[in-house]
Amino acid sequence: MPEVIPPDSVGIVTPQVAQFDIPLTLECGKQLNSFQLMYETYGELNADRSNAVLICHALSGHHHAAGYHSMEDSKPGWWDSCIGPGKPIDTNKFFVVSLNNLGGCAGSTGPASINPETGNAYGPDFPVVTVQDWVRSQAMLADRLNIPHWAAVIGGSLGGMQALQWSIEYPERVHNAAVIASTPRLSAQNIAFNEVARKAITSDPNFHEGRYGEHTTYPDKGLMLARMVGHITYLSNASMGEKFGRDLRAQTLKFGLLDVQFEVESYLHYQGERFSKNFDANTYLLMTRALDYFDPARAHEGDLSKALEPAKCKYLVVSFTTDWRFPPDRSEELVNAMVEAKKSVSYAEVDSPHGHDAFLIPTQRYMDVFHGFMGRVAKEIPHAR
Amino acid sequence: MRADLSIIKDWVQPGTEVLDLGCGDGTLLDYLQTHKQVRGYGLEISSENITECLRKGVNVIEQDLDSKGLSNFKDKSFDMVVMTQALQAVRQPDILLDEMLRLAKECIITFPNFGYWRLRYYLARKGQMPVSKTLPYTWYNTPNIHLCTFKDFEELCYQKNIHILHRTVVDDEHRTNWLNQLWPNLLGQIAIYHVTR
Repeated sequence: MPEVIPPDSVGIVTPQVAQFDIPLTLECGKQLNSFQLMYETYGELNADRSNAVLICHALSGHHHAAGYHSMEDSKPGWWDSCIGPGKPIDTNKFFVVSLNNLGGCAGSTGPASINPETGNAYGPDFPVVTVQDWVRSQAMLADRLNIPHWAAVIGGSLGGMQALQWSIEYPERVHNAAVIASTPRLSAQNIAFNEVARKAITSDPNFHEGRYGEHTTYPDKGLMLARMVGHITYLSNASMGEKFGRDLRAQTLKFGLLDVQFEVESYLHYQGERFSKNFDANTYLLMTRALDYFDPARAHEGDLSKALEPAKCKYLVVSFTTDWRFPPDRSEELVNAMVEAKKSVSYAEVDSPHGHDAFLIPTQRYMDVFHGFMGRVAKEIPHAR
Repeated sequence: MRADLSIIKDWVQPGTEVLDLGCGDGTLLDYLQTHKQVRGYGLEISSENITECLRKGVNVIEQDLDSKGLSNFKDKSFDMVVMTQALQAVRQPDILLDEMLRLAKECIITFPNFGYWRLRYYLARKGQMPVSKTLPYTWYNTPNIHLCTFKDFEELCYQKNIHILHRTVVDDEHRTNWLNQLWPNLLGQIAIYHVTR
């Protein structure tokens, strides 16, 4: 917990709820008649409403991106390293909006929410949502907050996909988009890892076809496994080696098959267990599907540059050298398509040992790039008269 | 602005699309997009320069010409490809020249002329690799692995059937005068070429 709030923190923040009673037709054809989105804001919206920045979260993220909910919080929001006074997403200059996506489990309507039509939790009946659905629901939130356009839409990983989708779907409403540690579509290997995670959850005897709520059980073992597999793909061989090496928990080998012996095992267990206590299993399935389905080029015979044609924003694309989940060549594929479509784009391949997680870690080069780009975005904001 | 940049900025037509190889801190592209409505991208590998381009709002792509080449760009993607003071530092300048002319009909190339009289004099007098203001490196730590003269470059163009549209050289004071235009290989410090195929 923070003894005092650091000067470059947004401080104590309070989440807010936006209730929508307007039907939202989803990409799958189903409709949500009403839903709510949990969000937080940092900084002040200027008189011209021209300094708003949208933060899109990744697989297990949520609305709490920066600051603290109370002085008792053990950690700040998930992207506190990049959002705050003087940080790349500078809250002295920008009005930042961060939300929990539809289908999430941190307060926005999702599988764990009560379906008003049945009076029970949606569970597995919650419709499969896509990146496009998220972006559309985020646009409804923007309307509600009276934000005509975003100075920038920013996201890492799955969040980067949302930033990309925004630029294509609402070209007039996005001035800049930062797509960090992301990809224009998952590879077969990416989907394969997602499938292992899903299988871990659905084969847990407590899963009950997703109706664990009705059985008052919880597939925590499955979710734990899913997270363990996921977590391996977020780190790099180098960062794992540096953090744990082959360190043992005890002094000697136990010659047992069941005990946790290496530090890395213990770490994965801890991460998995902690996650399984705080995350909804159906949401995890949903989020991995949204990842699998994302492919803006699909509607254009696989031609990504055609898919990007409507976009009008200036892009920043960032990749990290040791990210093997979405490696630099996936970002380069995106950059090449942007150049082919004659879009404004800058690209940096940041040398970092932290694997896919690097987009959350404020290493010097990454911060320089982010500051450079956001500084220019801030300069171009039309100022209130 | 550096001498070669202030000359070539006048050789770029307004409203064109330009790729700048080794764009540095983005000075040229910044000038061209502000004053000539040029749309462009710069390729760069130095982190400091990339950050500076981002600050300026110049499109910059982190790409190493030696390891990645230009194969990610399609034929005739640009109106003009510019490469200033980088030809001598790449691993395969001849292949790069072909690649540049694949991406655009016209290219502008500038490089330090190793035939410049002061360099010849340095080598002749001292018997050591020349070190000067334009070439400040010692032989073992220089990025300039393919230094050439004005004449060498012309010969390469002739062999490759590359047509020279304009050529000029600038001297120590970054000026052009009738003397260095008359004996460019001897009196020109920086060679500036505008070529096509």
